[in-house]
Amino acid sequence: MDRPAIRTEGLTKSFCAKRVLSGLDLEIAAGTIFGLLGPNGAGKTTVVRILATLVRPDSGRAYVLGRDVVSQPQRVREVIGLTGQYAAVDNQISARENLYMIGRLLGLRPRAARARSSQLLDAFGLADAAASKVKDYSGGMRRRLDLAASLVGEPGVLFLDEPTTGLDLASRNQLWDMIRDLAADGTAVLLTTQYLEEADRLAGQVMVIDHGVTVAQGSPAELKSLAGGQVLEVRPLRPGDLAAAASVLGKLAGTSRPIPEGGLLTVQVPDEAAVTAAARSLDSAGVPVSHLAVRLPSLDEAFLSITGHHADVCETGAPLEGSAR
Amino acid sequence: MTLSQTGVMARRNLLHVLSDPQQMIGMSVQPLMFLLLFVYVFGGAISGSTRQYLQFVLPGLIVQGIGFGTTQTALGLNADFQRGLIDRFRSLPMARSAVVAGRVTADIARTAWSSLIIVGAAAVLGFRFHGGLPGALGAAGLVLALGVAMCWVMAFLGVWLRSPESVQAAGFMVIMPLTFASSALVPAASMPGWLQAFVKVNPITIFADAMRGLMLGGPVAIPVLQAVAWIVGLSALFGALTVSWYRRRA
Ligand SMILES: Nc1ncnc2c1ncn2[C@@H]1O[C@H](COP(=O)(O)OP(=O)(O)OP(=O)(O)O)[C@@H](O)[C@H]1O
Ligand SMILES: [Mg+2]
Repeated sequence: MDRPAIRTEGLTKSFCAKRVLSGLDLEIAAGTIFGLLGPNGAGKTTVVRILATLVRPDSGRAYVLGRDVVSQPQRVREVIGLTGQYAAVDNQISARENLYMIGRLLGLRPRAARARSSQLLDAFGLADAAASKVKDYSGGMRRRLDLAASLVGEPGVLFLDEPTTGLDLASRNQLWDMIRDLAADGTAVLLTTQYLEEADRLAGQVMVIDHGVTVAQGSPAELKSLAGGQVLEVRPLRPGDLAAAASVLGKLAGTSRPIPEGGLLTVQVPDEAAVTAAARSLDSAGVPVSHLAVRLPSLDEAFLSITGHHADVCETGAPLEGSAR
Repeated sequence: MTLSQTGVMARRNLLHVLSDPQQMIGMSVQPLMFLLLFVYVFGGAISGSTRQYLQFVLPGLIVQGIGFGTTQTALGLNADFQRGLIDRFRSLPMARSAVVAGRVTADIARTAWSSLIIVGAAAVLGFRFHGGLPGALGAAGLVLALGVAMCWVMAFLGVWLRSPESVQAAGFMVIMPLTFASSALVPAASMPGWLQAFVKVNPITIFADAMRGLMLGGPVAIPVLQAVAWIVGLSALFGALTVSWYRRRA
């Protein structure tokens, strides 16, 4: 393999004496999608901003396609595309003018800039609305334009900071397809997200950070198994028995604290042997059950057990679809 | 490269203006309104006749118009920072200065437009130009140079202050007292002594006197030299301040 698309060594950053990143190492290969996961305030945006040359790290090194973000920022800017957490497009001009402007700023001649914007408008389904001002666009259209804007220069490395936050399911799927196509064409994508499903669907490698340190790293499947074996689900026959069942399960060896949710208890267990043990203990405690099963944890549960708290659910209030449910 | 990027940014800012009726009215109708109100409301009281006052006040109104017009520079730059659009520009391999320089370029064009309108209207109302060709060229040059200097002052307010409301308030609070406590609109002779002392050192007075010299054919050399010194000083100081704050904030 040739050199990685992104590499960082011991990145640290503090804002006003508050430690945001403490020694982050990452490596992302060309043509792959890397998912950076973490709760609010974990430091995801800070990582992206450092790599996109918008913020200087306090210490550590970061390279994008072998270019140093601190000493060669202008050369890094030549090869990156950034879709930040908040859409960065000019609302007072049209989509076509937005893309044309960026093409010209990137040094394209007027004719080439016009051609490139038409091409992107077609590819992102914005051709019909190309002449309208962006302020009249829907959230999904604006997000697509934002992504198109970061692709004008055909970047080798693309940063996507929570690209689908606030999008409906159809727009999200559409955006996911576009991101996959880009990676297939050789673009390295660093994607931050709070949607665990998103990382699971898109990313080959995932890193979970919390308070600026890596708490887990691997493929989504590895991460799930990292979360401590398996998940035991128990539904007491009588809803009133929920507390009793929880206390029985809590006493089993090697389990986490049981989590009740709508009459169902889930608890992490080391292996399948726990099923027999659970059945025996529940029986002797006189708690009949209607459902008893083990399964692999979802990424959501893996996240919880790794960081000690739930992934924050999106502001739109849309339910997260756990991948393994 | 930097020049063409500045051009791209200027084009973008002019597109904003052209597509915003409020700004179009602001830069076209507002100068006319000021001209008519000042000349017909105050003219008789201040100069004895509206015709005489028109001669006196036009150069001052041009200077005041530049001051009010360039508050848009502050607001526009401030808005760019608010919208996160600045992150996009900063992640592109473009010159840092192009964002600010493009804004200033567009706003000078806007200033020139407003000045042309007010001069055109004054000519219709009977303004007599006594400066000859050198005076006309000098006045046009001074308008542009003054536009540059005022743009830099306002650009600094735009990047220095956070909220658009405070930018608006600060712009108003700078321009209003400076233009009124000067000889731009009223001769200083009737003002109390302490105020005259301020009026004398107020750069707006100097700019207005220089414009009068060029347009009416009065003394030119000293006020113009003083004006140029102020313009160079303001541009250098606020240009440097703006760029350094822009770097820090962006
Ligand atoms: N410019 C700044 N000044 C001060 N504090 C900052 C600044 N930028 C980020 N922070 C702080 O750094 C921490 C990490 O922020 P960051 O935006 O990187 O988190 P995040 O993982 O992207 O969170 P979110 O999921 O909410 O977007 C937060 O506590 C935030 O308050
Ligand atoms: Mg963030």
